[in-house]
Amino acid sequence: MARTASPAAAEDPAGLGRARAAGIAAPALLVVLAFLVFPALWTLYLGTTNYRLTGHAARHPRSVGVDNYTTVVKDPAFHHSLWLTFEYVIGSAVLGQALLGFVIAWLLRDAGGRVKRVIEALVLLAWILPSSVVAFLWSALLDRDQGTFNALLHTQGTAWIVEHPMTVIIIFNIWRGTAFSMLLYSAALTGVPPTQLATARMFGANQWQQLRDVVFPHIRGHILTNLLLISLWTFNDFTPYQITGGADSRSQILPVYIYQTALFDGQMGLGAAIALLMLVINLVVALVYLRLLRDRRLERVA
Amino acid sequence: MKISPRSSAPGAVVAKIGRYTFLSVLLGFFALPMLWLASAPFNAHPTLNGSISSFTLHNFSVLLKDPYALPSLWNSLLLAGGTALLTVGFAAAAAYALSRVRVPGRDGILYALLLLSSIVTGTAAMVPLFQLAFKLHLIDSRLGVILVFTGGLLPAAIFILKDFTDNTPKSYEESARVFGASPFQIIRHIVLPMIRPGLATVTVWAVVNVWGNFLIPYILVRNPDKYPASVVLYTFYTEGGQPNLALISAFSLLYSIPVIVLYLFVSHRYGFRFHGGIKR
Amino acid sequence: MAQIRTVDLTKTFADASGGVTALDSLNLTVQDGEFFALLGPSGCGKTTLLRTLAGLETPTGGAVHIGDADVTRTAPGKRGVAMVFQDYALFPHMTVTENIAYPLRVRGVSKAKQHEAVLAAASELGLTGTETTVGLLDRRPGALSGGQQQRVALARATAANPAVFLFDEPLSNLDARLRLEARTFLKRLQRELATTTVFVTHDQAEALALADRIAVMQSGRIRQLGTPREVYRRPANTFVASFIGSTPMNLLEGTVRDRRVLVADSEIALPEGTAGAVADGTAVVLGARPEYFRVSPDPLPGAFGGTVAVAENLGSSLLLTLDVAGTAVQAVVGEEDEPEPGAMLWALPRQDRTLLYVDGELVG
Ligand SMILES: Nc1ncnc2c1ncn2[C@@H]1O[C@H](COP(=O)(O)OP(=O)(O)OP(=O)(O)O)[C@@H](O)[C@H]1O
Ligand SMILES: [Mg+2]
Repeated sequence: MARTASPAAAEDPAGLGRARAAGIAAPALLVVLAFLVFPALWTLYLGTTNYRLTGHAARHPRSVGVDNYTTVVKDPAFHHSLWLTFEYVIGSAVLGQALLGFVIAWLLRDAGGRVKRVIEALVLLAWILPSSVVAFLWSALLDRDQGTFNALLHTQGTAWIVEHPMTVIIIFNIWRGTAFSMLLYSAALTGVPPTQLATARMFGANQWQQLRDVVFPHIRGHILTNLLLISLWTFNDFTPYQITGGADSRSQILPVYIYQTALFDGQMGLGAAIALLMLVINLVVALVYLRLLRDRRLERVA
Repeated sequence: MKISPRSSAPGAVVAKIGRYTFLSVLLGFFALPMLWLASAPFNAHPTLNGSISSFTLHNFSVLLKDPYALPSLWNSLLLAGGTALLTVGFAAAAAYALSRVRVPGRDGILYALLLLSSIVTGTAAMVPLFQLAFKLHLIDSRLGVILVFTGGLLPAAIFILKDFTDNTPKSYEESARVFGASPFQIIRHIVLPMIRPGLATVTVWAVVNVWGNFLIPYILVRNPDKYPASVVLYTFYTEGGQPNLALISAFSLLYSIPVIVLYLFVSHRYGFRFHGGIKR
Repeated sequence: MAQIRTVDLTKTFADASGGVTALDSLNLTVQDGEFFALLGPSGCGKTTLLRTLAGLETPTGGAVHIGDADVTRTAPGKRGVAMVFQDYALFPHMTVTENIAYPLRVRGVSKAKQHEAVLAAASELGLTGTETTVGLLDRRPGALSGGQQQRVALARATAANPAVFLFDEPLSNLDARLRLEARTFLKRLQRELATTTVFVTHDQAEALALADRIAVMQSGRIRQLGTPREVYRRPANTFVASFIGSTPMNLLEGTVRDRRVLVADSEIALPEGTAGAVADGTAVVLGARPEYFRVSPDPLPGAFGGTVAVAENLGSSLLLTLDVAGTAVQAVVGEEDEPEPGAMLWALPRQDRTLLYVDGELVG
């Protein structure tokens, strides 16, 4: 059916009216306000108190001004955690997932049949299985005495999770999250005109030249979108806790560090102060991303 | 005919071998951790490696006897179902209102919401969320967990559903209106059926999100009777002593099956793809 | 059955540059049972008028009466109108039966009555199967051709049993051949039901063929209102004159002198009944339809003499464009009279069919 956008298409075709519209939009907005906006603002306040989970300070929290923030900023443990988080995001998301996801999408782009289906299914499964399940699967795989990994490599007796916790969670997260990049890049690659690739091949361009001259210019926007999103998600990822247990400071990325400080040690005020820094980092990344999204939308409209 | 002038060169053979080697390694990397999930539940003497010694279904009877295992799946179902219901219902209503009635600053509000939901993650907001639940006596309350989940999922859900509504021509609603349908009849008879793919998408997305989530119930639920599966499974392998592998393996599989089924359903029905790089 | 009346109907859309006046103080009466066409170029406000009658737009000023009631503030569903949209707006998730039954469903009519009404409307519009054709009632709109969709939309409107039909370019999505069939069909249907009908189109041939009366609109105003014959024979102004007719009317600028019009170096007799109405020396526009010329290879007194610049084949006739002292004059000749390109011809307009416009308005 031919559909022409009528210039006369008015607002409010069902005759809902402002009041009823506000009424049906209200529940969603209220829930968001209470459980999303308010907690974010409250973090600001909590970070300035000596709030604790138990004891005297739990009942009578006192304002400590910016003490928490100065403590955090000077704390070497916090610096360490921040550095680990950086390693984790760069290693597992930016280098790991994005690269592997692209390579898979590229290799499978016109592969048909079973190989493609099986690989895609496995990669996706790793992404959608519950985190508790995959965390245990990896603990089992890397177990010191009975793990399949040690059996394969004949390295019995190596406790990978204890000896190399950062490497383990980085590899784990590559395994866990590559699916998103793979899906995004496959979709992006379908948008590369096959005739342009064929032309490049006709002139004798090799794979790398095809990628550089034809593919990347087309999917630049997707690459940026992908990097920002997976960085944001990885930065906020709590799953490593379920593998490492959280106590080992050599693998305390920021989410785990906050949990340990606020809910395990009970220093809620201090934890809130760290969380605020995390919120700010999230905000910066998200702003860049939304900016990009809006520009692309405008581009599409224009 | 394919235009690839060097397809018969020896270099191409090497490239082909390299490609298949890489794909095999890839297959191994992704399959290896999952082997255990497929084999151990049916192993009479489950160990941590995936070899099968003798087939059994006994592990599942261990599961039935455990006081926490099955109830936790029920709890997960309640949380996932409740969240999906609230999210889809609230988001559809809000998306429709925002799509069809001009509210000043509407696009700004939407972007602000989306921004918020991507920065106020469960991890970054665990402290205030715990506090909030504590103050509202929502610790150990399923409703509390559901509301926290719903708050986090709503902005993106509204965004997705608004996209669906925006792409629906208004003449359908106008036509129904001229025939005398009331606004709520129009929504029920016309709008909801037309955005059904969107509703399905959001439902699946919400269910998968809640079903697998560990952190929120881990901090908001203290009573083991109310633990969802994610937390129960975690306690199974972290509590002291030798972990009961028969129980853990059977439970992991049972807990994973709904997600696998949903995946199969979605990939069969819609194809697991992104369209134009936007997650649908 | 009802009459429609608008009083000073005005609609202004706010936009960045201050506002668009889509309807400018319209006063219009559509008689009970009349087939009324709204005709005009794109953007002249036809759809807006129709939507305002339906109640989908709230007028900025003025009033709408349907039957005896002032319905200006009445909800669309309570006006007793049925509208067929340009894209038909058939609900894609409902079968043809459900679509046709929809107006009754929202009124809470019993299932049995709905069924009855659907069958009546469907057989009226040829949607039920016959010995040679398959019934369409169980299909969804996506599985129908454009012409079938159009008939389902009409059936749905009929099932609503309204006092007024509002059609927004219901034929424009059909291909040329189907459009002719649907046109005939639509006219017969309207005659049978005798329901007051307002029909929007930008196709003048469609309006002439279908309507009892036509309103020609431009920029939110009605430039002429009359029967097809009146509008075609005596366009009230040069806008209507240029808009109506499948070959556009010659509109030639000239001056009046001594009961003649001096135009393109030729002297043409004043149209009948205009002598004395215009003073000598007045600047005028002479209107002459290409169909009403006598064309001859021999000089004729009071005719345009020029060379053939273009000859276009219209099937049963030819449209000639003559170069008359630098001015283009078009005339239609029979198919057997095809001239050589560049030939000199004389074209004499019929005096009882020429029209005279002063300041764009018809004289006499
Ligand atoms: N919702 C609206 N907002 C702003 N301007 C509008 C709106 N609807 C119509 N207009 C303007 O009003 C004028 C009349 O529009 P309308 O759709 O009635 O024209 P139309 O005669 O139906 O044209 P067409 O033959 O192209 O359908 C146009 O200038 C149009 O741009
Ligand atoms: Mg129109």
